[in-house]
Amino acid sequence: MSPVLEGVPKRALVLIAALLVALIVAPLFANDYLLTILILILYFAYVGQAWNIMMGFAGQLSLGHAIYVGLGAYTSAALYVHFGVGPWIGLLVAIPVAMACGAIIGFLAFRFGVAGVYFAILTIAFAEFARIGFDHLRFVGGSAGFFLPVAQYTHNDLWNLRGKPAMFYYVILALTIAAFLLCHLLLRSRMGYFWLAIREDEEAARALGIDTFRYKMAAVVISAGMTAVAGVIFAFYYNNLFPEQVFHISRSIEIILAPIIGGIGTLFGPVLGAFVLTGLSEGMTELLYALGIDVPGAKQVFYGICLLVVVMALPDGIWPWLARRLGLERRT
Amino acid sequence: MSALLSVAGVSKRFRGLVAVDRASFEVARGEIFAVIGPNGAGKTTLFNMIAGSLMPDEGEIAFAGERTDGLRPDEICRRGVARTFQIVRPFPALTVEDNVIIGALLRTSDTMQARAKAHEVMRQLDLFDKRTRQARSLTLPDRKRLEVARALATAPQLLLLDEVMAGLRPTETDRIVAILRELSAQGLTILLIEHVMRAVMALATQVLVLHHGAPIALGSPAAVVREPAVISSYLGAEAV
Repeated sequence: MSPVLEGVPKRALVLIAALLVALIVAPLFANDYLLTILILILYFAYVGQAWNIMMGFAGQLSLGHAIYVGLGAYTSAALYVHFGVGPWIGLLVAIPVAMACGAIIGFLAFRFGVAGVYFAILTIAFAEFARIGFDHLRFVGGSAGFFLPVAQYTHNDLWNLRGKPAMFYYVILALTIAAFLLCHLLLRSRMGYFWLAIREDEEAARALGIDTFRYKMAAVVISAGMTAVAGVIFAFYYNNLFPEQVFHISRSIEIILAPIIGGIGTLFGPVLGAFVLTGLSEGMTELLYALGIDVPGAKQVFYGICLLVVVMALPDGIWPWLARRLGLERRT
Repeated sequence: MSALLSVAGVSKRFRGLVAVDRASFEVARGEIFAVIGPNGAGKTTLFNMIAGSLMPDEGEIAFAGERTDGLRPDEICRRGVARTFQIVRPFPALTVEDNVIIGALLRTSDTMQARAKAHEVMRQLDLFDKRTRQARSLTLPDRKRLEVARALATAPQLLLLDEVMAGLRPTETDRIVAILRELSAQGLTILLIEHVMRAVMALATQVLVLHHGAPIALGSPAAVVREPAVISSYLGAEAV
């Protein structure tokens, strides 16, 4: 068996294959409404996976991941609107921009021993800087927003990411699969082991010869770069960007909910969490509508209660519990 | 042949307190060198300076002929000095095997090779049967052995052991003594801090006694325990 699959239980492979087939054929059966929900789910699964590299693997809590989404979105949108550069070329600029930003935050924090909650606050601060900064950046519309040209497209233009939801669905599905595989490989690499060591006990990791600064930097930079890709898709999918929305702390919180609910540090956690959260949220809307309940905030209250129950009953997230139930724990 | 580790006039002060006061000694290759002394004598501080966790205020530390004081712990480990912690610090959520693999990955980037090395070390330390267990579920003696295993997996020339026998039962102590003898016979140099005199007497080729940070005796175990200064400050009169 190839090293990639070594130690992965057969039942897990069957499950992955079934899930993949279901996701690939979904657009044939789903209407546009359902498809937009699936796009949202995959988007959260993808960014959750990227965030998980920092928190779940390397143990560095980022509460400002919206900054990388925003930088990716604004960079690619600006290149498209001002210079006619398509999103795929834009990616090649957006990723390094976000990586550089991650490197600056990481360097400031890790060089000067900022850790734990103080690191988290630093990440929030940077996202806020970006929000306020972009509010005044005329070049990309400032607080009035930045818009990509929208038109009725009769066909899907994959090269310029202009088209119907189904196209976006497949793009984000491919990204989510790629992120899953990348994280799987990272976790089994030397760097992955070193990240886990740092997460578990940084001083002990250092005593084993691990250059913790270097590996923490790697985690931030990789996570930032991956998150920027989601930002590019975000820009071309929604066609409008407002600093108050894109960089807002609630966006950063949204990103971290799926991996927390699904299971921090696990590969399936972010995916499962995204399905549960978005499913719950949308399901709640439908249910309240069907029941004729029209109380403002009712949905948020129910949603909050559901999350509370999950976090209290399964503090490690849903996936570790589900994996045990399904007999999918890794053989060693 | 020059010493593997040489400590020359090393001192460390914490504000007013002199934790280590001009300590000087050399550890030759292949030796088992013990540092003993009452609580608060500065043993762990000395140890932390050798491992790079603390910087000496004065003096020099050299490993294999090169200055190492001022280097980071990870740099010192890469040069071939591995340590354990007095209060064990396994990676709690990881399995015993993964704990040891992380140590072995210092010398190879191939996880398969690291796993093979980890298996070898776990066998040596009686941990092989427990390799799939989470480190947090281990008993104290097992955690202490895991601490040693993880350090050994980094393929050190010098192993620093900080009270690995504290809190163990006599049979468990004897088992670790036997393991350390075996490692020493394979050419590993060991520096240990220990309170368990039974182990020190059985293992050490040289003993350094610290008292209030200052060395008060250095020599073979049999000679050191007869020194009046050692008896009065550490062992107590009834040990004679």
